[in-house]
This record gives sequence, C-alpha cells and structure tokens, in this order.
Amino acid sequence: MIYASGVDVGSTQTKAVVMNSDLKILGRSLIPTGANVSRAAEKAFPLAVAEAGLTAQDISYVVGTGYGRYKVTFGHSQITEISCHAKGAHYVYPQTRTVIDMGGQDTKAIRLGDEASVLDFAMNDKCAAGTGRFLAAAAEVAGVSLDEVGPLSLQATKPVRLTTVCTVFVESDVMSYLAQGKKLEDILGGVHRAIASRTISLAARVGIEPEVTFTGGVSRNVGMVKALEEKLNVKLNVSPEAHFMGAIGAALFALEKVLWKKELSPELT
Amino acid sequence: MPEINHQSPKKDVPAMHYQGRMHALQKELINRWYQDLHGVWENQQGDKKEISARGAVSLMISGNCIELLRAFDLLPIYPEINALQLAIRKQALEYLLKAEEVGYSTDNCGYVKADMAFLLEGASTGLQTRIPKPSLLLCNFVGCNTYIKWFEHLAHFTGAPLFSLDIPFLTSEEPTPDQTAYVMTQIKELIKVLEKISGRKFDIDRLREIVSLSAQAEDYWAKIKDFAKRVPCPFEAYFDSTTMMGPLYVYRGTPEGVKFFQETYREFEEKVKLGIGVVPQERFRVVVEAPPPYPYFKVFRDLFTSWGACSVASTYSCVGGIWEFDFRHDPKDPLGSIARHMLIHNVCNRNYLQRYRQIERYIREWSADALIIHSVKSCRLFSAGHGDMREYFSKTLNIPTLFVESDLEDPRYYSPAQMKNRFDAFFEALEHRKFGKTSQGTAG
Repeated sequence: MIYASGVDVGSTQTKAVVMNSDLKILGRSLIPTGANVSRAAEKAFPLAVAEAGLTAQDISYVVGTGYGRYKVTFGHSQITEISCHAKGAHYVYPQTRTVIDMGGQDTKAIRLGDEASVLDFAMNDKCAAGTGRFLAAAAEVAGVSLDEVGPLSLQATKPVRLTTVCTVFVESDVMSYLAQGKKLEDILGGVHRAIASRTISLAARVGIEPEVTFTGGVSRNVGMVKALEEKLNVKLNVSPEAHFMGAIGAALFALEKVLWKKELSPELT
Repeated sequence: MPEINHQSPKKDVPAMHYQGRMHALQKELINRWYQDLHGVWENQQGDKKEISARGAVSLMISGNCIELLRAFDLLPIYPEINALQLAIRKQALEYLLKAEEVGYSTDNCGYVKADMAFLLEGASTGLQTRIPKPSLLLCNFVGCNTYIKWFEHLAHFTGAPLFSLDIPFLTSEEPTPDQTAYVMTQIKELIKVLEKISGRKFDIDRLREIVSLSAQAEDYWAKIKDFAKRVPCPFEAYFDSTTMMGPLYVYRGTPEGVKFFQETYREFEEKVKLGIGVVPQERFRVVVEAPPPYPYFKVFRDLFTSWGACSVASTYSCVGGIWEFDFRHDPKDPLGSIARHMLIHNVCNRNYLQRYRQIERYIREWSADALIIHSVKSCRLFSAGHGDMREYFSKTLNIPTLFVESDLEDPRYYSPAQMKNRFDAFFEALEHRKFGKTSQGTAG
C-alpha cells in the first residue's frame, strides 16, 4: 500500500490529510496556523499521520498547498489551493462543475471541466471583503462567537441591508444597526447576505454551473450555506470534509505523483 | 519519505532573464540621451557648452510625434519615462508619498504623482544627470485625458508654455476627414510654435529625412516582432520589448535609432537561426495586455519564466505606435503620416473592439496559448474594460485568460504572494489543458 499526504497551510488554519492508494482518507488534522507557518505545517502533518496509525516514514509523497505551501519545508512539491480544491471537490462530488471556496482571507470561485481540470478561476483582490475575516469582524462587534453567527442568522426575519462589504467598515455598520435597536439575528442575516452577494458576483466571472460544491472553513457555517443557496437558487454540495478539501486534493496529487513515478520506476515500490 | 528539515524549499526553476547586446546598447543610448538632456540643463544654469540640442520638449509616449521635435533639434523629455525609471529603481514609493503629502490623492495616476514629485524634488535622475526645464510642454493627449491635467500641473510648476494637441479618440475604424483635417491644422500651428522656441525655420525636406529614418527603424522593429512568431520565441515580447521601447520613442528619426534596431534585428536573427529561445524550455506562449508592474518588473517576469512561459506579443509595446501591421511613417507625406500615426496607429487612441481584434490576431498569428491581462489600478485608460475583455476572451473565444491587478508605479498595490498564487494556479490549469496531464506543481 502506498500512502501520501496533503498539507494545506491556510491563513487561519492548517489542515493535513493522509490517504492511501485506495483513495481512502486515513487521517486528518486541523490546527491554527499562527505566526510560525512552517511550524504549523510541521505540527499538523505528524498529527494526521498518527491518526492514520502510520509513521512519517510510511508516507511516500507530500504535497503542500495553500498560501503557506512553500513553508511546507518537508513537502516534495507545491500546488496551488485552486488546483487542490478543484481536485478535492471532484473527488468527493464527481459532478462538481463550480467550486466556491471561502477561507479566512480569501474567497475563490473555480470552474471545473472534466477530470477536475480547472477551466477558470476568480479570487478576491488584496482585500478581505466578503471572506471569513468579514464574518469574524461582524461577530466580534456583535459580541458572539464565530460558531454562533451562522445559526443566529437563520433566525432572521427582516435581514438588514449592509452599506458595505468592507471588513473594516462592517464594524461601524453593525454598531450602527445595534444602536438603532435592530435584532441581532436580522443584522447577522444581513451580514451573510452581503457576503453571499459579493461571492456570487465573483463566481459569475467564471460562470456558475451546477453542481456547485462549497469548500473551505466558512462552509461549516450553516447561515452562509443558506444565504448562498437562496441567492444561487441551487442546492450546494457541502461535505463534512469540506474544510479539508484543499488538503484532500493535495493528497490526491501526491498519490498521482507516486503512482506515476511507480509506473516509470518499479524499484520505488 | 519525508524528513522534516528547516531549509527553505526551492521556490522556482532558476529564472533566466536574457541579457543580450540589445540590452547593453539600449542602456548606452538611454544614458546618452540623459547626458544630452543634462547638457541642456547645464546651459540653462549659465554654461555655454557647444551642444546640438536647441532645447528640450516634454511630450507623452502614446502616439508620440518625436519626428517633429527632431526636425527642430529639440530633445524629448518623457515624463512617463521619469516615472517608470523611479519605479524600476524601487524609488517610486518615496516619490508617491511626497506627491500625496503635496495633496495628490491615492487614486491619482501613479505616473503623474511620481513625476510631479520628481520635478518638485529637483528632477535629478539616478545617473548623476538632471532633466532640464522644458522649452515647451507638448501635451499630445492620445487616448488619455489625464495627460491634460498632468501637463497643466507641469506648466504650473515649471512656468513652461503648454501646447495641447487635441487628437480625437478613434471610435470607428478610421478617422473622419474632418478629424484628420483638425489634426493637420494643429500640427501646422505646432510647427510655428516649434520654430519660435528653437529659432530654427521649418524645413520639410529635413523632416522627410527624419521620417525616412523612422520608417527604417520601424521596418526592423516590425521584423523583430515577426520573429516572435517563431518557436521557440527568440526574445520576450513583453519584457524585452519594454526595453526596446526606450530607443523606439527617444531615437526614432535618428541614425542611432536605425542602428539600434538593425543590430537588434541581427541579434535575434542569429538566435532564430540557431533555434535559441529566450526561455530555456518554451512550454507556453502568451499574449500580455497592459503595462507591467515596474516596481516588481523582475519578480513579475519570474512568474512567467519559472513556468517556461514566453510572451510572444504585447499591447503595451504598441502604446507609442503599432508597426507590426504595415503602418510606416512616410517621407512622401511626412505630416500626413505623423497625423495618421497619432490618430490610428497606436494602441491608446484605438477603441476597445480594435484592441480585441489586435489581441485576437496576436493569439492566432503568433500561436499563443493564453492571454494575460495585468490591470493597472491607477490607470483607467488601460484598465477600464478589462473585466469585459476577460469575459470576451475566456467565454466567447474560449482562450485561457488570466486577470491580475496591481499597478505600474505604486508598489503598495502589488501583493507578491497573491500574484504568484494566481500565476501558479493559471499555469497549473494551462499545463493540464495543453499537455493533458496532472500538474507537476513547482519543485520542492
């Protein structure tokens, strides 16, 4: 059996996954990235390996992905998270044609062709508007935890209209609505809708075609899933593994590389 | 079997940036131009040196009419080159901040801000030379109306006279007869002004000689661009073309200009004969739209070369004129061809649909795999419409198109990690599309 790993070093969290050549996920780990990016990769990798019941020596190939991919110093190669999310989403939902990935500091939309090929992609610019950071800023000023904002937003009856999607100005917008006595649920409903609108305008650049798979850390937020589904009028694929999709894609690339090499060099087996 | 170590992985294939005779010659010519300008400056300070120039005139690159200045022994000053030189020497931010302190907004054109601050700080180049006070500010605002305000500000701060050439924007394929007549009338008015400031009488036969030299350089330039159709491509038609643009705009209409392009032609001809490409292993051929991020010029080039990608054509190399599609200055009709050059044969004065057709020709005739659009935050002239352009090429024509954004002058708009991420992702996908295999990623 051949084992490979994908390590996805995101701006907020680092994820690692270990897979075998039967394409089964054997281990995973998730830790905060923190200030030392290399260290985060070094910590996440052995955790996933241990969960798989293996040792580092059993892992034939490691692919690093995410913003910190070049800090995966033990990785054999680096592949962008765009290719990896496409690969991972296609593995979990083979009919995926559009991926919406929402992470801590960026949001991307990816159009897929056959065999997880990336036809086109679009990302937010040097600006965190409409990303996980935007939600975190709104949660902080509203005085609730990030885990609560999604469920609370589902209880909105009259969602407010935000005047901004700027991560800096959202705070004053939320404060102003709180001062006006608006219900917290309605404010959070408005926050989710604002992000959904911005995300869809981003996704429209690449063309939105079903099936649409939602990946990244924010996909765990039920309020965001609902807001996007309402705007898009389609049901989103949201896997329990959605958070690990980049790492899964990276592990799949790693396996391909080992198997490809194996075909060329039998002695590697 | 992975072993954890603390060494940084190799990020890229070692980037090889071609440095040929052309680059050395270009440097020599640009240095000489700065020395000549410095001579004018010294005489303005009271020296009485023997110099051939009768003064210097500021004008804009886009569709520039350098031939008219040469006919009066006037040297060009290009405020855009002042600005880009600062950016390439990584001094832009210092000047941008000075301009913002004076009151320019962060949203103003980066070139304007850098050049204005450069002027206010004494116009001292990095080459121990000074830019003289212009005898005239010739605002040939071809396609960019920011130029008018820029030159008005230059007039305010230098006290130099301002002459605006109003070139009607080309909304259709050809200008109307009225538009051409309008430009011709202005050129004749300009000639009177140039006679006055140079103290030299206009001589149409001299202009014919100058225009003839321009046409010779343009011939070589067009042939050089034609070499980029070869596989492998012998030079970088975005980055190396930017280098060649200096002599094209400063020395057009001179024997030195002809010599530069003749020698460059021979240099590339040799490379074509030997089958030597500008990137060691040419894997992708791309067309590039819009100016480069000068503060990150080499870093940006690495994003191409590390993937074996070579630009085979670029619209930016046509801001001063488009010569690859047959236009030449004409000694038989010097003034008429100067007017046509400003009206029709430069990328800035043409409408977006014409730019689409131009890029389509590049993709088809120069056998390109993809289009890369580098949108410029502080230049609406080049960037307004880039979103539509991306849609048109990627969706209507199904041509892989990468859209990235930063700035031509302001390093604050450039995010190295994000830019690299987009390029890597784009080439990973293009690799799959072109070679039908899983991306190899970048070597670790």
